Amino acid sequence: MTQHFTQQVTFYTEDHEWVTVHGDLATVGITKYAADQLGDVVFVETPEVGKTVKKGDEMAVVESVKAASDVYAPLSGEVIDANGELADAPEKVNEHPETEGWFCVIKFSDGAETKGLMDKDAYYEFCKGQA
Amino acid sequence: MRYLPLTPEDRKAMLATIGADSVDAFYADVPEAVRLGGKVAGLPDHQGELAVERHMAALAGKNRVASDGRFFVGCGAYKHHVPASVDHIIQRSEFLTTYTPYQPEIAQGTLQTLFEFQSQVAAMTAMDVANASMYDGSTACAEAAIMACRVTKRRRVVLSGGLHPHYAAATRTVCEAQGIEVVQLPPAVDDELALKDAVTDKTACVIGQSPNVFGTVTDLSPVSEAAHADGALMVSVFTEAVSLGLVTPPGEMGADIAVGEGQSIGNALNFGGPYVGLFATTKKHVRSMPGRLCGETVDADGQRGFVLTLSTREQHIRRDKATSNICTNAGLCTLAFTAHMTLLGDKGFTQLAELNHEAACALADALEEVDGVEILTPRFFNEFAFRVPGNAEAILAQLDELGVIGGVRASRILPGKGMDNVIITCATECTTEDDIKAYADALNEVL
Amino acid sequence: MTMNSQGRSTTPDEAIPMSEIQTVSGSRGLQQREDLIFETGSTGKTGVDLPNPKGTKSRLGSVTRKRPTDLPGLSEPETMRHYVRLSQKNYAIDLGLFPLGSCTMKHNPRLNEKVARMPGFADIHPLQPQATVQGALELIDQLATWLKTLTGMPAVAMSPKAGAHGEFCGMMAIRRALIARGEIETRTRVLVPASAHGTNPATAVQCGFKVDEIKADERGRVNMEDFKAKLEDSSDIAGIMLTNPNTCGLFETDIMEIADLIHEAGGYFYCDGANFNAIMGRVRPGDLGIDAMHINLHKTFSTPHGGGGPGAGPTVLSDALADYAPVPFVVKDEDIYSLVEETEGEGEEAFGRLCAFHGQMGMFTRALAYMLSHGADGLKQAAEDAVLNANYVQARLKSTMTAAFDGYCMHEALFSDAFTAEGIDTLDISKALIDEGYHPMTMYFPLVVHGAMLIEPTETESKAELDRFCDALGAIAERAKAGDESLKGAPYLAPMRRLDETQAARKPVLRWTPPEPDRMAAE
Repeated sequence: MTQHFTQQVTFYTEDHEWVTVHGDLATVGITKYAADQLGDVVFVETPEVGKTVKKGDEMAVVESVKAASDVYAPLSGEVIDANGELADAPEKVNEHPETEGWFCVIKFSDGAETKGLMDKDAYYEFCKGQA
Repeated sequence: MRYLPLTPEDRKAMLATIGADSVDAFYADVPEAVRLGGKVAGLPDHQGELAVERHMAALAGKNRVASDGRFFVGCGAYKHHVPASVDHIIQRSEFLTTYTPYQPEIAQGTLQTLFEFQSQVAAMTAMDVANASMYDGSTACAEAAIMACRVTKRRRVVLSGGLHPHYAAATRTVCEAQGIEVVQLPPAVDDELALKDAVTDKTACVIGQSPNVFGTVTDLSPVSEAAHADGALMVSVFTEAVSLGLVTPPGEMGADIAVGEGQSIGNALNFGGPYVGLFATTKKHVRSMPGRLCGETVDADGQRGFVLTLSTREQHIRRDKATSNICTNAGLCTLAFTAHMTLLGDKGFTQLAELNHEAACALADALEEVDGVEILTPRFFNEFAFRVPGNAEAILAQLDELGVIGGVRASRILPGKGMDNVIITCATECTTEDDIKAYADALNEVL
Repeated sequence: MTMNSQGRSTTPDEAIPMSEIQTVSGSRGLQQREDLIFETGSTGKTGVDLPNPKGTKSRLGSVTRKRPTDLPGLSEPETMRHYVRLSQKNYAIDLGLFPLGSCTMKHNPRLNEKVARMPGFADIHPLQPQATVQGALELIDQLATWLKTLTGMPAVAMSPKAGAHGEFCGMMAIRRALIARGEIETRTRVLVPASAHGTNPATAVQCGFKVDEIKADERGRVNMEDFKAKLEDSSDIAGIMLTNPNTCGLFETDIMEIADLIHEAGGYFYCDGANFNAIMGRVRPGDLGIDAMHINLHKTFSTPHGGGGPGAGPTVLSDALADYAPVPFVVKDEDIYSLVEETEGEGEEAFGRLCAFHGQMGMFTRALAYMLSHGADGLKQAAEDAVLNANYVQARLKSTMTAAFDGYCMHEALFSDAFTAEGIDTLDISKALIDEGYHPMTMYFPLVVHGAMLIEPTETESKAELDRFCDALGAIAERAKAGDESLKGAPYLAPMRRLDETQAARKPVLRWTPPEPDRMAAE
């Protein structure tokens, strides 16, 4: 059942991905908190366009000099766009993690999957608990 | 004990500082039942330099040294001359007794030599990038197979019938553990191009060798084309690095990964190790590569310097998701390689390759004259296979008695493949005209 | 007096601060600037005098190189200078204490170098007839005997080429044993402590297993509760990979219980022997219930680290695994040694082959010379001195720095960064040690301790050297405690300042390429 979001809404996961949904499209990236923890991002492997992902799948990789992290799909669906600019400018993930540093766009198949995700305030509290 | 600086007084004073009665206190966590009372039984006590040297010399004396006679053994390890300066360079304390360059501020010596090594390997293989070495050629080959599976997300590799059987075996071991299917083509002196027909859209890579284990050189370009048409990678293997001074390098044949043995440059035979595995690939696949990589950067003052880089591929960061478990590689052997290659330069390298080729041609000419000998290798660099009318093992033993170590019997590395009468033989710049004449004469006598 | 105008002042004048001195050459006294061979050499130059080829007709067919190689050459004097200058930018054991924890940077005896270069070892071919290499095979057999005796294990695989290769060997033997039991499909889980070297989980995965991480307890050992919980459903347990002494420099107190439990669960016990140097002669791993353990000859038995290899990782095996040892291996019949090289006949049970030939002969000769030099008495003394030195460092520094765990350590002392002021971290302390003339300790490993600093002095350091080191590190630690911001810029006195690793990784330059104008001219 596809749930359409008529207004743009941003959710957050416990794995520090943000996901902005609008209509049946979701733009995904990693949060500023995660980018800061990782240090200078030197490489991002974005998912292949056309790939089908299930919620929780390892979808992308983000690396700093001394650390590497997997990025999980926050929603199930098909990857319809990926941020090619990160290949040459991975620093965008540090500079603008929640705008220009986006990773990919997923055409999601089940809007109900947003149920377990956090809103901005909840995520803020979540991060405070992590520190 | 000459290697232990602490005196009994030091030990006492140190125990006092620590507040322990004896070193036994430090071993209190060892379960009592298994603590050893005295020293380990059945082993001798310490000895001086002279005694140890005599012991080792006695063992060394029981071996036949390659330089001491007519020597024609190749097949993955080659007898070459190493300039005297190379050994002096690798015995510099600052190279010999240092660690992997984790602290680049005080390891620029090692790092710059690695950067130069990578550049030299890339240049000689005509590939984009090379890593800072693998253990040896065979393990590099195995790593290439699993890298190809990672890149293509496929689970089948095809090995040519000319791939060194030990390389094939090492690759099979690694692949089988990961559930990767290995297709081995039957042994063949001159059929590397059979790989072409073995490629399907399920193939991760094809692994061909030139010069192959029988010495045959082959332009693998048609294999690359076939592989690429099906979305597979082409891995090009060499065991004789000197050949690259003369033969078509992997990069000019469309190889996606080039791996080989670097022992021939700067490194002694050492009864099989330590050697130095060469591993090169295209720019596109750098991040899927195993092993250490050295890269250029600048320091806080803007000076050019070098660091180990792209480490997130490696085990110490990626742990269970690393591209390989390799950690220590072949540091000092890469130094020997790069120093020797610096002495050679393109001019010396090409000349060395020509001399090797000419020696092998002269050897083939001489052996062809011997009744009953049939040269099997159609195109070769410095080694070739030939058939003898009789059992190769027996003939080699008879040659040995005449002072000629004539090569490797093919049945030693390919048992049960109907190769009992095939010898693989090799000549290098160390082979003299006298050696060649002696070989031909001896073979005449034996046959 | 007689007038002599040759006199001059021999006391130094008031000096200009060193940092203000600029040089035209880019060298700084004995620190010589050294460009890349690609910048100083040329393809037409060579440092070898080879005879001219005769121009024989080629037998290469058309498989010939079409373009030159671009390999630069240098004459011999230039080559020597290049590498000697570069060598002077390296730190080394022969220059001073090299306290890299878990790496065991002990003195490399030069006798070992000498014997390794005896032509009877260095100039023999792995495939020459076995009758002509009896001394080499005997040497492998002798070294194997030492390793088996010291570890109390019945068998050893000699061909692994490094520690990680030895891990692979041991885990492959376990895999083969599970195949023989018909349980390879079901037993896929390998337990690995969080404190393990990265090679352990990487190896387990390379052997087709899944990694399940066990927690450490507050004493730096395996958390037995967590371990037992992981065994509750043990039907999928393949084994455990455990380092002992562990990477926190501590002996695993429950090791025998761990061995019993893992065996009861139907699994095998792989022990990472990287730290065997702490216990050799004091306890035999075979008595602890392990099934496989690699031994880093380049750590415990002093073969040189060579700037990152070559190493050697012979792997001892229990009776349960001995039959699965890889080919080739040496067998003795009467007084004749021979090699089993194929996975048939005597090698039928072998799990396969690890590499082209018979292992790291050049390391075997060095390691055996080291063992013979020390003897059973000296090896035990070496282990005890290594542990004594580490405990001495811990005792001298624990009032300033924060020891990660209470009690004595084994061969390495582990500290956390808890004592440092806000903003000063382990990296800064490490880099400041460089200015004091020392190589830094292992930093940020093991992962179970925050800002870990792991110090392994080894037995080949004198008390006086340890005192100098502790004085230097203690003083740096005091500065770190006080929040001395100048630490952030260290090192100041090394051949280079801190390097930009971010730039190196973002825009990788992994080989030399000609500068732009040259390239345009070439095209």
